[in-house]
Amino acid sequence: MPQLRHREPDITPELAREHGLTDDEFVKICDYLGRTPTFTELGVYSVMWSEHCSYKNSIAVLKTLPRTGPGLLVDAGEENAGLVDIGHGLACAFKIESHNHPSAVEPYQGAATGVGGIHRDIFTMGARPIASLNSLRFGSMSEPRVRYLLDGVVKGIADYGNSFGVPTVGGEIYFDKSYEGNPLVNAMSVGIVKQGETASAIAEGVGNPVLIVGASTGRDGIHGATFASEEISEASEAKRPSVQVGDPFTEKLLLEASLEALKTGAIVGIQDMGAAGISCSSSEMSAKSKTGMHIDLDKVPLRESDMSAYEILLSESQERMLIVAEKGREHEVMDVFAKWDLNAVVIGEVIDSGRVVYLRDGEVKADIPADSLVLGGGAPVYIRETAKPAYLEITGTTDLSPYIDVEDLQDTMLQLLKSPNIASKRWVYEQYDHMVRTNTVSGPGPSDAGVVRIKGTNKALAVATDCNGRYVYLNPRKGGQIAVAEAARNVVCAGGRPVAITNCLNFGNPYKPEVYWTFKEAVGGMGDACDMLQTPVTGGNVSFYNENPIGAIFPTPVIGMLGLIEDCEKHTTPAGFQSDGDEILYVGASRSGIDGSEYLAFIHGITAGDAPDMDLEFEKRLQKVVLEAIRDGMVASAHDLSDGGLAVALMEKAIFSDKGAQIRLDLPGQSATEQLFSEAQSGILLTVKPANLDALQLFLTEQEIPVHHLGTVGGDQLIIEEIAELPVSQLKDIYEWIIPEAVSQVQP
Amino acid sequence: MNIGVLVFPGSNCDHDAYHALKHIHGIDTSFIWHKESDLGNVDAIVIPGGFSYGDYLRSGAIARFSPVMNSVASFASKGGPVLGICNGFQILLEARLLPGTMMANEQLRFSCKFINLTCRTNRTPFTSSVPTETILHIPIAHGEGNYFADDDLVKQLEDRDQIVFSYCDAFGNITEVANPNGSTANIAGICNETGNVVGMMPHPERAVEKQLGSNHGRFLFDSIDQYLTHSI
Repeated sequence: MPQLRHREPDITPELAREHGLTDDEFVKICDYLGRTPTFTELGVYSVMWSEHCSYKNSIAVLKTLPRTGPGLLVDAGEENAGLVDIGHGLACAFKIESHNHPSAVEPYQGAATGVGGIHRDIFTMGARPIASLNSLRFGSMSEPRVRYLLDGVVKGIADYGNSFGVPTVGGEIYFDKSYEGNPLVNAMSVGIVKQGETASAIAEGVGNPVLIVGASTGRDGIHGATFASEEISEASEAKRPSVQVGDPFTEKLLLEASLEALKTGAIVGIQDMGAAGISCSSSEMSAKSKTGMHIDLDKVPLRESDMSAYEILLSESQERMLIVAEKGREHEVMDVFAKWDLNAVVIGEVIDSGRVVYLRDGEVKADIPADSLVLGGGAPVYIRETAKPAYLEITGTTDLSPYIDVEDLQDTMLQLLKSPNIASKRWVYEQYDHMVRTNTVSGPGPSDAGVVRIKGTNKALAVATDCNGRYVYLNPRKGGQIAVAEAARNVVCAGGRPVAITNCLNFGNPYKPEVYWTFKEAVGGMGDACDMLQTPVTGGNVSFYNENPIGAIFPTPVIGMLGLIEDCEKHTTPAGFQSDGDEILYVGASRSGIDGSEYLAFIHGITAGDAPDMDLEFEKRLQKVVLEAIRDGMVASAHDLSDGGLAVALMEKAIFSDKGAQIRLDLPGQSATEQLFSEAQSGILLTVKPANLDALQLFLTEQEIPVHHLGTVGGDQLIIEEIAELPVSQLKDIYEWIIPEAVSQVQP
Repeated sequence: MNIGVLVFPGSNCDHDAYHALKHIHGIDTSFIWHKESDLGNVDAIVIPGGFSYGDYLRSGAIARFSPVMNSVASFASKGGPVLGICNGFQILLEARLLPGTMMANEQLRFSCKFINLTCRTNRTPFTSSVPTETILHIPIAHGEGNYFADDDLVKQLEDRDQIVFSYCDAFGNITEVANPNGSTANIAGICNETGNVVGMMPHPERAVEKQLGSNHGRFLFDSIDQYLTHSI
């Protein structure tokens, strides 16, 4: 639309509606400006007030989450990412973010730019990214479109992350019909920065020059933020141009140049450009410092010279940053970027009027109070109507008794291993470089959490992403609690102390009262667990409008948990069996109920019941006691019970280690089916050297944590007396081949 | 003794190589920016892994035009030891300092995992003390590691003892199943005729600490350490 540069449409409420703004919002914009907006201004408001940028339908609920804690160095939402004190004068910056909508229409670029965007959030704070994780959801693997999406998303994450040079150390993937047509792609980045050397997204100092650095600005990604704020539909394919295109090589240069430029001390403030491009970075930085910016868009390096002010401001071209430099020292910054062959151009200056003013062809195209655009300022805040979804009546009262005590448990165990949700994700994670930077002590695969050591210290970070959307669907509050608790348990099993979380809240359309009810409940549940486990929320991202023509996805609040391992060498704990003769203990809550289990879903095709049992107070004690046992050196291996319950946890421990075990199943009270397949929370499998068995059992008993001696490691079969005799090699074959076989099916 | 680690735009294993040499092996190590044409006072060169210039063209195809590569060529021609790892190997092929060419992995996917490797010759400065009977456990991480050589070249490489590493199974057998990327004759690393320039796809710098899964990469850095100690 080159004519836009010179001819702009008339501004009407209809045009505002086409931009995704309601009539009330349009009136509000006219009020803020004291006049009708220009076309450019309308565009800027539409992206800044989109759900994606303004959090207008979520912020009131998010503010109920616990957001303070002893280790937090910045409050949630204050900076681009959370910042946590990890000792040795170091801080960890970490955040998770969604790129669902772009990935639904263009999986490769959608996922790639999701990775790029989240890393920029980290290094714009002055932190060097040291690890990536992700959390992915797809429909059923039997659908060719799903296999196409999986392939594209994985390749996008791999190509971007591998080239950028940050290891992907963990993540999770679930397949369920509910995600068909609307996959979830959540990417997390974890970075390290020296305390006192962090950078801020501020625009202080009237007269200071404003620079745009990095890639040139093109027409890609225009209205990406608006696209992310509506439901996926058959028309979405036409929105492909809203998807940004990633260039990991430029991002790598931008990383090195930004960190080097920050060292000059000539940078006052810096913010990455993601959603809403220049509009967002310039207005947020200005609003934060109660200043303004005067920006000449003619100076922005462009890929296409005839771009209008509207297009330049809304472009979401990747690998760009906005920098405010100290006046007179801007050349120090520009020299660094020149060394890395990147643009660094002064495009304006900080002003004191509180307004962002954008010029094109020497004319003012937009002149807006910065504060009126941003979250926490003039952007709208809504609390939506809620209604408890009707489906909960049905799922909650389904009779599960026919499935609670079944025959043929050995066969069921083998079948369950064939669930793509349980089978090995090696096909995926071997496409990710998970070792670059030589810090990965435990990578993806046979470990409950990724463990990344911090060179120069004896510490390590243990990081995990987790959410079981089915649980949240069946009981949003409890499901939200479990997502946090399980992520924390993963970190504990790896030997770390859970410290703080970031979250990515993937839900349906917030204007649907049922969706909003589940959103509020799930956030409430997360808050309960964060309070109990003392893991405050440092920030994150909300993704609404995750729907397909059939309905909303499972509500999926993905938790990114950060944990700290005090002594990497001694405390890092593997998940698999270690030595023949080691004793196997089940530690934790009783294995009762098959509600919401993978067993019900995969074997019987039923998604029903409540979410599994969860007692947060007990969970907290369990985690504390197990971590203490690990730190005391009593534990040889630890593995959390999750999808598929005890049966899958035992099979995985065997598969991870190529070792068998002899088990006698006599947990009190429940049927063998429940003991094996219940996904009741707060359960951990430990192994212990024979010499430490008595001490560990005594310690756990003293701490009033139930412990059951299940058996002994050894042999080449997993034997569960009177139930199953499974050669480990057979388990391994099934476990390893399910996903490669599914993806290699010929696309019709 | 001083070893230089080249840094191209897009190198991302430069710090890993530096860490292995400097902090694990205690060798004086310095970075050399690709725009430099003077290598300075170095006794050996490591070209690290990564994605130089994004590898948007053939891997290494642009990096070979960096000013530093002329100096590397003349350093190598005087017998200076040069080790190219992963992208570094690709760059050495593009610069014709090593023979053959690199293609995309047979499975057309990036692959990051530990593999088994056998060292075939002790005649290079980087393998002089690598035990040839030991199966080395070292990771690979590449999308274009499918080394191609035609029959004549393979014969030349064999006849002149230029095959330095081969992918093998857990027992040291060079089998098709053990080949992770489709490389001709399971070749994982080669050297030039004089033996001073070595290129390999696996990452020895990722295998110098048991905590990270293996320390077999140390044999290579111990070799160059001893070689330089005796030759300087």
